[in-house]
Amino acid sequence: MSEAPEVKKPMGKKRIELDDRLKAYKGVWVFVEHERGKIHPVSLELLGEGRKLADSLGVELAGVVMGLPGEVTRSFCHEAFFHGADLCYLMEDALLTDYRNEPFTKGLTDLVNKYQPEILLLGATTLGRDLAGSVATTLKTGLTADCTELNVDLDARSLLATRPTFGGSLLCTIQTLNYRPQMATVRPRVMPMPDADTARTGRIIEDTLGMFEKDIITKVLEFIPDAMQDKPQLPFADIIISGGRGMKKPENFKLIWDLAKVLGAEVGATRPVCQAGWVDLERQVGQSGKTVRPKLYIAAGISGAIQHRVGMDASDVIIAINSDPNAPIFDFAHYGIVGNAMTILPMLTEAFRAHLATARKAG
Amino acid sequence: MHIVVCIKQVPDSAQIRVHPVTNTIMRQGVPAIVNPYDLFALEEALKLKDKYGGRVTVLTMGPPMAEAALRKAISYGADDAVLVTDRAFAGSDTLATSCALASAITQIHKDMPVDLVFTGKQTIDGDTAQVGPGIAKRLNMQLLTYVSKVRSVDLENHEITVERRSEGGVQLLKTSTPSLITVLEGTNEMRFATMTNMFRASRYQIKVWNREQAGIEDVTSVGLKGSPTVVSKVFAPTPRAVKAEIIQCVGDDPKELSVTLLAKVFAKYPKLEKEIAKRAV
Ligand SMILES: Cc1cc2nc3c(=O)[nH]c(=O)nc-3n(C[C@H](O)[C@H](O)[C@H](O)COP(=O)(O)OP(=O)(O)OC[C@H]3O[C@@H](n4cnc5c(N)ncnc54)[C@H](O)[C@@H]3O)c2cc1C
Ligand SMILES: Nc1ncnc2c1ncn2[C@@H]1O[C@H](COP(=O)(O)O)[C@@H](O)[C@H]1O
Repeated sequence: MSEAPEVKKPMGKKRIELDDRLKAYKGVWVFVEHERGKIHPVSLELLGEGRKLADSLGVELAGVVMGLPGEVTRSFCHEAFFHGADLCYLMEDALLTDYRNEPFTKGLTDLVNKYQPEILLLGATTLGRDLAGSVATTLKTGLTADCTELNVDLDARSLLATRPTFGGSLLCTIQTLNYRPQMATVRPRVMPMPDADTARTGRIIEDTLGMFEKDIITKVLEFIPDAMQDKPQLPFADIIISGGRGMKKPENFKLIWDLAKVLGAEVGATRPVCQAGWVDLERQVGQSGKTVRPKLYIAAGISGAIQHRVGMDASDVIIAINSDPNAPIFDFAHYGIVGNAMTILPMLTEAFRAHLATARKAG
Repeated sequence: MHIVVCIKQVPDSAQIRVHPVTNTIMRQGVPAIVNPYDLFALEEALKLKDKYGGRVTVLTMGPPMAEAALRKAISYGADDAVLVTDRAFAGSDTLATSCALASAITQIHKDMPVDLVFTGKQTIDGDTAQVGPGIAKRLNMQLLTYVSKVRSVDLENHEITVERRSEGGVQLLKTSTPSLITVLEGTNEMRFATMTNMFRASRYQIKVWNREQAGIEDVTSVGLKGSPTVVSKVFAPTPRAVKAEIIQCVGDDPKELSVTLLAKVFAKYPKLEKEIAKRAV
């Protein structure tokens, strides 16, 4: 999707006969991304979503696990089963220790060509986007990036991949009709996390990469891990207090931090606020920032522009404080307070503190 | 050293409005800009040119008006500019776009061998981050995405060392040229256009190539025909069925109001109350 999305072929009700070449592709796959001994949560979220797609199509759901040989990599298959996979394709090779485009592209492309899935989903992470773009071009098939919703059109056995377009002002649904597999990436936290069912098991199909280090041109000289302690984990926070330009000046953000502290919450912000340096860029919520889905999202001095909304819309409860009764945020918040954030925030902090103290005493 | 930088002209999406009734995009009066992410790629290329010498060619595929983006790039210091434009490209998705750009780069390479291809991280209108990887695969080049810094280039041995942002850290990677790099945002700050370059930009003769000149023989590899993806529906996000319950800040008692709010929220979401009580300090 790089050009203006004109509606090219409206889907009629007519049944579309897939040709035999396409019919050979069966099943839904999720690429299982992992780092430092843990599956990336987005892959589990995708397994949950993939399960639904596979059920509607009446096919199996498979995880694709690629990594260095050993128990840890193998355990990812079982975790994939717990989260909905029926089987896993497992490719173990020392060359797959660190992510590099070349071996991962070859490995995944080979698996697709051999086992022919109709749908292939990846997380829209740095790794997933790098790999998805490469695999799609190698296979010359369609790829829809950053989807917010996935469905299937049963008649055409076609994936309906919906994503924001025009800077998020509109949504569009994209299909890959005459090519297989149909590929899509989805950002972390866009889909809900499925419950794990540790009683579930599945089949493991092993395959080999068939490459040597000397075949791979790019070398990893070093990996410098991020300092973890001060990196905000916004996407997975349960409570987020966010501020926007309506907070007026950086010093006023203290009111946000105060409330966050009482609630054990993370702090988020809108893009203008992050770009002005009031808070770290990592804290930006929205289309070009992080997607979050906390249990509680409090937005203070935020207008609710669509680019912000798409990043926090899935929050369970949204409370907005804004001095403008017509601010768009009130169209999708659950509760709204019309008023000055600078006076309301401290009161809200106090009310939470008092309420929690009694609640805790009551046990 | 010869670096090709792919830039795209995009509508300034900050200024796009959707027609409230028809749900169509109102493009009138929306200015076209150089995709902001591509400026980081251009500046990084210009920096390498300052350091190692060579030339920077900017390349875009788009309508004739996209030449304005190329002139902008020249005013910043790019040496050459190529516009690939043809009706046959209309409706191209990322696969078709990368096909056209890869083919144009092959043509540019014939005039002067290309060592590096730079793209932005993503566009603000397409927003896919796929065109870069697509070009690399078509040209069979090494692909380095999300590069935050080019550490060094060894022209003699055709090697380049870069820092790449990956999940949870930075990879220090070494690879051989020619290779394709997608440059991360925020890695540098675009220089100011000099008077000399602005003057040059206004008079520069941009190379304009149609499909054949860009070396694309197969019409079905570009445009709608070369695009596996089809947009089947465009629509506005659905408003929530129930609007926010508004609590007016009447008089001067935000305290009362906060207490009321919490009572309401927790009455409706008792699980949330437990959750918060459990974790808060
Ligand atoms: C391509 C693109 C990507 C983008 N990505 C993102 C993104 O990821 N995240 C993001 O957030 N934005 C993003 N934006 C920007 C977005 O369009 C908005 O400009 C932005 O979200 C607005 O931020 P804001 O609500 O803080 O500021 P404003 O829109 O200026 O709103 C400030 C609000 O504060 C209220 N206010 C003023 N004073 C007070 C007061 N005393 N008390 C209470 N309320 C008060 C005002 O009524 C107003 O509603 C993007 C834009 C583009 C074009
Ligand atoms: N039409 C185009 N012309 C030139 N470069 C482009 C074009 N489309 C995309 N690119 C480049 O590819 C990058 C990624 O684009 P996208 O895949 O649309 O997010 C952009 O930052 C540009 O550098």
